[in-house]
Formats: sequence, C-alpha cells, structure tokens
Amino acid sequence: MLFGLYNYWIVVALMMLGFYIIIAHSNLIKKLVGLSIFQTSVFIFYISVAKIEGGSAPILEADTTLYSNPLPHVLILTAIVVGIATTALGLALTMRINEAYGSIEEETIQQQDKQL
Amino acid sequence: MFLKRQPKLVWLFSLLATTITFVISVLLLQQVLSSGTIIYELGGWSPPWGIEYRIDQLNAYLLLIISTISTIVLVAAHTSIQKELDTHRQAYFYMLYLLSLAGMLGIVATADAFNVFVFLEISSLSAYALIALGKDRRALWASYQYLIMGTVGATFILIGIGLMYQMTGTLNMNDLASRLPEVAQTRTVFVAFAFTVVGICLKLALFPLHLWLPNAYAYAPSVVTAFFAATATKVAVYLLIRFTFSVFGLSFSFTTLPLQTLFLLLGLLGVFVASIAAIYQNNVKHIFAYSSVAQVGYMIVGLSVGTTLGLSATMIHLFNHALMKSALFLAMAAVMYRIGGMQLSQFNGLGKQMPLTMAAIVVGGLSLVGVPLTVGFISKWYLVLAVIENGWWHVALLILLGSLLAIVYLWKIVEVAYFRSPAHNSEPVKEAPLSILIPVWVLVFANLYFGIDTRLSVEVAQTAAQSLFGITP
Amino acid sequence: MEAIVDVVLLSFLVAVVIAIVWMKDLFAVAMLAGIYGLLTASFFVAMDAVDVAFTEASVGAGISTLLMLVVIAKTGRFERPTRHKPLLALLVVVVTGSLLIYGTFDMPYFGSAEAPAQSHVTPRYIDDSFEEVGIPNIVTSVLASYRAFDTFGEVVVIFTAGIGILGLLSGVARREEEVDIDAINETMHEDHMVLRIVAKILIPFILVFALYVQFHGDYGPGGGFQAGVIFAAAIILYSMLFGLDTARQVINQAWVRMIAAIGVLLYGSVGMVSFLNGGNFLDYNVLMEDPIAGQHLGIILIEFGVGLTVTAVMIIIFFNFAGRQVTPKADNNKGV
Repeated sequence: MLFGLYNYWIVVALMMLGFYIIIAHSNLIKKLVGLSIFQTSVFIFYISVAKIEGGSAPILEADTTLYSNPLPHVLILTAIVVGIATTALGLALTMRINEAYGSIEEETIQQQDKQL
Repeated sequence: MFLKRQPKLVWLFSLLATTITFVISVLLLQQVLSSGTIIYELGGWSPPWGIEYRIDQLNAYLLLIISTISTIVLVAAHTSIQKELDTHRQAYFYMLYLLSLAGMLGIVATADAFNVFVFLEISSLSAYALIALGKDRRALWASYQYLIMGTVGATFILIGIGLMYQMTGTLNMNDLASRLPEVAQTRTVFVAFAFTVVGICLKLALFPLHLWLPNAYAYAPSVVTAFFAATATKVAVYLLIRFTFSVFGLSFSFTTLPLQTLFLLLGLLGVFVASIAAIYQNNVKHIFAYSSVAQVGYMIVGLSVGTTLGLSATMIHLFNHALMKSALFLAMAAVMYRIGGMQLSQFNGLGKQMPLTMAAIVVGGLSLVGVPLTVGFISKWYLVLAVIENGWWHVALLILLGSLLAIVYLWKIVEVAYFRSPAHNSEPVKEAPLSILIPVWVLVFANLYFGIDTRLSVEVAQTAAQSLFGITP
Repeated sequence: MEAIVDVVLLSFLVAVVIAIVWMKDLFAVAMLAGIYGLLTASFFVAMDAVDVAFTEASVGAGISTLLMLVVIAKTGRFERPTRHKPLLALLVVVVTGSLLIYGTFDMPYFGSAEAPAQSHVTPRYIDDSFEEVGIPNIVTSVLASYRAFDTFGEVVVIFTAGIGILGLLSGVARREEEVDIDAINETMHEDHMVLRIVAKILIPFILVFALYVQFHGDYGPGGGFQAGVIFAAAIILYSMLFGLDTARQVINQAWVRMIAAIGVLLYGSVGMVSFLNGGNFLDYNVLMEDPIAGQHLGIILIEFGVGLTVTAVMIIIFFNFAGRQVTPKADNNKGV
C-alpha cells in the first residue's frame, strides 16, 4: 500500500526541488539546471506510469507475453528531445546575456536595467 | 550560404508560404461552415491510436485569424527587418517566423493532447529566438525570462496531460472527453485540470502570470511584436477553451470547480492592474503590451460567464483584438523605422511629421477603447450583453470603467504626438515607407470594416460557440 | 529485487538533486547534473524503457552536460550567493507540491496491470503492431508509424533550436588568422597525446556504432535520434582534442546546415509521397505494393531523416557554442 505510490511521491519531491532552483536561484545556468531537473522528473513520472509489475521491455519476443506500456516511452522520447532543445537555446541566450551585461546573475542584470 | 546575402528572396518565399496557408484557411472555413467538422487521420491510423486533425468551426476560425494576420504582418517585415536586424540574421528571422507560425497552426489543428505539447514547443522555441533578435540588450533578458516561464508552463501542461493519460489511457481529445466523466470525481483528475489550466494561463499571460509579457513585447523586433500580440495569446485562449469546454466539459469545469469566480476575478483584476500599469509607462510599446494583458482579461471575463453568449463574446474579441493589436504594433514598426525608438518623448510632434502612421495609431487606439464603428465596440457590446444576460450589472460597469482607463493611456500618446512640437535640434522625420504603411492601413480598414459588417466575425463565433455547447452536456 | 533497485535509484536521485541545490560551484553542478542524467537512465532501464534510457543517457549525461561545461568555461565558474530570502519561492513550491501529492492519492498503484493506461489504447500496439507494421520493437512502431506525426514535430523542434541558436550566436567575426583556439581545447591540444591517440582509434568505431544504432532501431533499442547524438559525439570528441579550427577544415559548416534542413525535408517528403500515392500524410502502407514493405521503407527513411537532422543540429550547436569568442561587453547592443 505504502509502496504503491512511492515512485510518484519521489517524482513530486524531485519536481519541487527543480522548481525551487528555478524560482529561488539567481544564476542563469543554475536556473537552467533546475529547469532540466524539473522536466526530467516529469519524464520519470510518465515512465513509472508505463511500468507493469513483471513486464519486460516492449520489444516483441517469442516467449514473452507481458510487456510494459510502450506509449509513454514514445512520448518521453519526444519530450527529452524537446528538453535538450530548450536547454541548448537557454544556454545560448545565457552566453549572449553574459556578453551584453557582463554577468549571469539575475540581480546584477536587473540592477543594470534599472539604472537606464 | 548565398541565401544569407539574399534576404529578399527568403522573404518572398516566406510570403508565398503564408499566402498559401491563408488561402487554405479560407477554403477550410468555407468547407467547415457548409459541411461540418473535417477529420484527417495522420498516417492513416484511426484515433485514438494515431493522431488526427479535427477542424470544426472554432479551429477553422482561429486558423483563419492566425494565417491572415501573419501574412499581412509579413508583408511589412522586409522593410522593417532590414532596419532592425543585421543582414546575416535576416534569413534566420524568416525561418523562425515560419516555424513559429507552423507551430501555432499545428496547435490549433490537432486533436491530440500530446501533439499540442509538441507544437507548443515548436512555436515557443522559435518565439524565444525571435524575441532575442531585438537590438536592445534587454531583449535577451526578456527572452530568457520568457523561456523560463514558458517552459515551466509547457511542463505544467505536460504534467496535466500525463495525469489525464494515467487516469484514462488515452491522449485523443475526443476520447478524453468521453472517458474523463467516469473518473471526474478523482483527486487526480482535479489536479490534472489544475495543472493544465495554470500551464495554459502562463502562456496566456493571464494576470498574475503575465510578468514575462511586457518586456518580451517591448524589446522584440517590431514585426515580431505585431505578429505575437495578434496571434500567440489567441492560441493560448483557444487552448483554454478547448480544454475547459471540450475535453473536461462545461459541467466539470464550471459546476464542480469554482473556476467561474476565479476567472471572473482574475480577468477583472487583470483589466484594471494592467490598464493602470499601462498609464504609467513611458515606452509606447510597453503601454500597448500592458494593454494586451488587459485585453486578455476581457477575454477571460467572457469565458467566465459560461454561456453561449459569453463564449461568443470571447471569440469575437479574439478576432477583433488580433486586428487592433496587429494594426497598432505594425504602426509602431513604422515609427521605429523612422525614429528608431519607442520612448514617449520621441513621439513629440509626430502627428504632423508622420500623419498617416499616427492616424493609424489613433484609429487602432479608438478601437481598443471600444468607440462605435470600430471592431472594439462590437467586442465590448457583446461582452456587456453577455454579462448583463447573467444579471451581473456591476461587472458590466467595471468593463466600461476599464475602457475609460484605455482612453487615459491612449490620450498620453495623442497629446505628445499632436500637441507638442518636435525638439528644435532634431532632423525632420518623414512619413513611413509605403511597404509598411499599406499593410498598416489594410489592418486599420479591417478594424473599421468589421466594426460595421460583423457577418464574418460574429456569425462564425456564434456558430462555433453553439457547437461547443452542443458537444458538452 | 526490482523494487529494491527502484527505491535505491530514486533515493540516489533525490540525494543528487539536494546536492545540486546546495552547490555553488557550477562545474560541480554540471557534473552532478550529468550524474543525475545517468541515474535517470539507469532507472529507465529498470522500468523496461530501454529506448528512453538510451536517449536519456546520451542527452542527460552526454550532450547537455557538455554544453553546460562549454558555457561555464565562458561565463565563470561560481554562483554568487543570493541575498534575498527565498520565502516566496518556498511557498510556491510547497503549494504546488502539496497539490500534486493530493493528486497522487487516487492514482492507480505503481506497476498495476489493470490501470486504465494499460488497458485502453496500448493493447492494440502490443497485440497488432507486428501484423500492422511488421517490426518487433513496439516503441519504434509507435514512434515512427502510429504517432509518426509527433516525431515529425520532434524533428522540427530540434531543427528550430538549431536555427534559433544560429540566429543568436552566428555571424560574429572570428579572429581567423590568429591561431587562437578555444580555451578548453587549448590545453588539451598540447598535453593530451594519449587521449588523442586513443580517440583516433575510437572515433571510427563510434561512427560505425552510430550507424548500427541508426539501422537496428527496428529490432532493438535505438533509432535516429540516439544515432544522431552518438554520431555528433564522435565529431565533437574530435574537435575537442584536435581543436575547433582543425575540425572546421574537416567539416564544412555550410554543409552541416544544409544537412539539418535535408533531414526535415526527407521526413516531410516521405509524408508527401504517401500523400501523392493516395494515402494520408505519412501513411506508409501506400509507399509500396506490400503494406508491410511500405511500412519498413517509410520507417527507415524517416529514421534516417531524424538521424541527419539531429547529427547536424548537435554539431551546429557545439561549434557555435565553443567557437564564440567575444569578450564580455564587446557587443555593442547596450540599452538605448
């Protein structure tokens, strides 16, 4: 009983830690790390949903009858790609921000903008 | 590559592509109106196993809005972008513009919840890059903030979709709609609903989740602002309508949950907070960006009424707001082209120097206020009717009060442009080139035309609203 | 046994993330993020999601860590301690988290075979995909045929990221004449003779392995995306050890950009051909007379398209990240 939801609770914990990094930290790279943890925890959730007790990987074999659910796997394959695309774009922006402001700390950037 | 040095060719090609989508959207709308919903199974697999496109009146109506505005804005893009972007970035601009457009059209056309997420990311990623192309370094920071907020929003939607999938085993919207009622009482579905709605509202920039919007709009290249202001929030409103009305169903969204009160409250707060913020801005693009947040508020108020009339008011406003904001921001592009800045002080005496551009801004602004004979009036009229039909007199009053606030911020611009003379030492400013002026005035005339002849906007919106209420119990 | 692996891996994940929250050294954070990716991949293996594990390992532990390190090398290694109190953040996080926990209570239990997710749409994929699509890897069947349109979207997403990064980073004049190679490459270049020789032997094998992953995706874990990342990794390894400028001479950037577009075009064209043959967009049955052969052809072609785009975009991203040589504040786009 307690075990039945363990995975989901861990997912929530990971998700919230990632979310916390996004909101509370000021460093732009750290925020992106938080964002990718946040996204990855959602992936863990989908894959946990797909798991069937005693099932095996969804590649057809002669003597296997029980397979885990392939559909969430497909969705998450797509989502991982979306995730890396977002991270890469975010890092590119971070580099440009560093060149334009000389800093990648949120507070410094906002101060510089206010002075104008 | 040689195309890098030939942005004009890329522009012509992009224009060809958007024109084709425009023609297709017109044909689609005609077909949907005459013969009902169109279903297209991608890959030949029947839903819910495969992904389907499902075009009903609402989808066709939105496809038409998006493709029309994006085509008209793109006409002006060549001239404006030449001035605002380095030559080697222009080709990328057009590619990103088309990708963003493709993403939005995909979101509207698809009937698969996960496919929505994929297209959402296509349009968002290109949006972040487009905004970051702005000349001002603050564009980079605005784009980064939008990237963070937008991705959090998209991930919230992904969580919502995952929970729905877990409880129903399907991703197809129609299939979800038929399987969700069975599990509607579970806490999981409630959370799925909450996350989907919050995620969409982040994209929608509904108050108080609007913080990314003003800077993103203000520092993006001018045509990008015109494009997004007219289309991006509309797509998000569409998603909200689709999920609350079609997928979860009216009875779940409005009866089980206090969504009606919440939307009404946030909508009205959004109208007032954003309008008052707009009054205190000194950058003209900021003024209209805040006004966009306020207009989203009106749309949400229309939704919260929860009747056919309220929903059609929201949809009418979708159409009309796209016309107003694209006209206004495209006129900003003309100003930007000539004076290179958007500070209120730079508008001194512009009424005499750029009479046609300023006239366009005034007409667009009047439309925003809701003066009769403009599309804005039609929007407000139906919204007030819908609210009064429900007996909410005080809300109707507040809506009118919100329009008064719009007059205040519009007046700030008019005063500067018409009643102050330009600084003595400045060089004379010429009227904007025709390549921008013509699309601006096409949009301005559309603002006036659809303010009188409401057959397209109102009738399609009403049939679409009725069909949505027909689906939902 | 499965349950123990599950619990242990998940607890490790939480520990790693807590460490990431605390760390101020971004280099350590990037490495921990890589470890997080690897642990997640191991967890996916335990969950029978081999294809996903493969992808997560190459992305989470590979490419994304690498990109982060490149950026950290240019922007500075340490995070400044934040001064403002993170109370609001805590509040938002606690509210969101509690809502999610509340939602878990009505979930079907983990691993249950009767859950709705297991019994509604999926059975057709498991029971019929072999007759309908004709390949044993169900994930590939669903990915490349039943939900091929999602995958098309995925290729377009990665293509969009490539174009976006080119738009953001390209075009700053590099100091071509000076042999001023990038900071990370510089030291390696001189000192790491052993690494260079080992890499020279390894790179051909990595490339061949990428091709194997590409074309074996129908039968085992793998496919266009994983293959693309591995192929790009070989080239990135080469450019890290032998210098970006040497690599630029080997790999023509204009061609790489072309290939990124060709991949997307190939995918779209397969759709258009089936369209012209009288089927729906991406309906492979009409590609050849025998529907199963058509499915085979279609899947191989679109996976190849995915592989091309992913390889090209990964190379574009790395080259533009590592090759950017602008000192801070040199760019003239300060605020107006």
